Amino acid sequence: MILETRGIGKTFGSVLALREVSMGVRAGEVTCVLGDNGAGKSTLIKILAGVHQHDAGSLLVDGQEVRFASPRDALDRGIATVYQDLAMIPLMSVWRNFFLGSEPTKGLAFDVAKARKVAREELRAMGIDIRDVDQPVGTLSGGERQSVAIARAVYFGARVLILDEPTSALGVKQAGVVLRYIARARDRGLGVVFITHNPHHAYPVGDRFLLLNRGASVGEYGKADITTQELTALMAGGAELEELAHELRRE
Amino acid sequence: MTLAADERVADVGLARRLLIRPELGAVVGLVVVFVFFASQSPVFRSLDGIANWLDPAATLGIMAVAVALLMIGGEFDLSAGVLTGTSGLILVTLATRYGFSVWAAMLVGLVVALAIGLANGLVVTRTRLPSFIVTLGTFLMLQGLNLGVTKAITGTVQVSGLRRASGFEAANAILAGTIQIGGTSFRVAILWWILVTAVATWVLMRSKAGNWIFAVGGNEQAARAVGVAAARTKIALFMTTAFAAWLVGSILALRYTSVQANIGIGQEFIYIIAAVIGGCLLTGGYGSAIGAAIGAVIFGMADKGIVFLGWNADWFKFFLGAMLLLATLANRLVRRYAEEVKH
Repeated sequence: MILETRGIGKTFGSVLALREVSMGVRAGEVTCVLGDNGAGKSTLIKILAGVHQHDAGSLLVDGQEVRFASPRDALDRGIATVYQDLAMIPLMSVWRNFFLGSEPTKGLAFDVAKARKVAREELRAMGIDIRDVDQPVGTLSGGERQSVAIARAVYFGARVLILDEPTSALGVKQAGVVLRYIARARDRGLGVVFITHNPHHAYPVGDRFLLLNRGASVGEYGKADITTQELTALMAGGAELEELAHELRRE
Repeated sequence: MTLAADERVADVGLARRLLIRPELGAVVGLVVVFVFFASQSPVFRSLDGIANWLDPAATLGIMAVAVALLMIGGEFDLSAGVLTGTSGLILVTLATRYGFSVWAAMLVGLVVALAIGLANGLVVTRTRLPSFIVTLGTFLMLQGLNLGVTKAITGTVQVSGLRRASGFEAANAILAGTIQIGGTSFRVAILWWILVTAVATWVLMRSKAGNWIFAVGGNEQAARAVGVAAARTKIALFMTTAFAAWLVGSILALRYTSVQANIGIGQEFIYIIAAVIGGCLLTGGYGSAIGAAIGAVIFGMADKGIVFLGWNADWFKFFLGAMLLLATLANRLVRRYAEEVKH
């Protein structure tokens, strides 16, 4: 396991946001974290990303117990997080966004030629079909934007990629595009933690599935142990769905 | 591996690239305004005329370029105009009343200006208050200080007599002198303005700092998330504006050898207007230093052109308002075009 949690927990004041959650991700594998709103998905990834610190259980990187002081700390250990909302700056070009915060320099100058070239090549290598790296990121579709952010994390040496709901705001076709890049990152040997509330997005790409409900783990399954239907039923709480079906039935 | 341009950009690439340049509106404005005045006034298009309208463009342009950088970084500085007065007052007061040489007095002015820029930047970045309010406070405080201190020292509302101070000749030649081109004298300030514009453009387009300026103005949170030192970038921008105010204040003080205590008031909006005409968005993250410099030329042309045509100078304000409105509309279109999602 590159990244692992054992019985991890987090409280905010009197609120138990996360209790006793154990999960992990291996290199070249995709671990999906599924759960409804308020299930504790965001709390979990914020702990993995170094935004919050856990106050119960343990967090391990390469089998060693760690405690991240900041997102930078997590990043330095190769754990990169792509957030749904703050991935990119819309008015800046693709290549400027790609290198933002880690600009290559040549003497005093920002090596613009290199930045353009590397951005174009890296996007190609990930199979991302960007029309022109000079276009503002705002002109890209949501899926393309997520893809550029993923390519960027891969280029800057991420070993674990944490993706926060990368497909939730996207249409079917666009979501498919992003799923393809997740698979591509996995094939390049990265461990991927894919957070979603959509089992239909998780199932095709995932190797392991962690289900969360009300801050606690409902179970962790390998792909062989579970079907999409079971995943959906578990996620929504099978009983709740049945009750809903009953409620909505025509009299 | 060679990467050919994608075939889908071939047809719209050039047009689009030109259209999303922030300077486009300003260049069109420049041509229209020049043709309008030049066709009616032979003086306007003569070399003497050009030297005449480039002069106000230069001092305004230095400020507009600095303010444009700050606006691209997502902030305003309303104290920039009054700070030109403060710098000038410090220079003339120290050099004429306290025996400082012009150079030493300028150095003190620079230190004070940079300290005020630093203070603006620190308050804005620490408190997260809108810079509009913070620098409005600085503006009023400096306005009061300029008048109060000048009255207390001189008993009048101006300080003068810089010509007699030591080092005046040299400083005057460097900052406020003239150079001869084709038998016409051009103000040296024009060279300073070109230098400031060139340096600002290089920083914006070809340096790491430039990338950070666009980023903190475009989306500060996202920039911070990828390791951009947002606070430091913004503080540096406030200090750049202060530096420009010191430069312009010194140029004007050396040129006129006296400074009125109320100088610079109201200019802060002119700087912002020139930057906006040059393509800066009020919301930050987009704009150009060259655009702001062109915005300043449009001002200079209108300012002097109206006089050449023998019109009442009141029309200048009307022109200003119309230009601002048109520029803002054009910028909005450009921004929409740049941000529009294409599939």
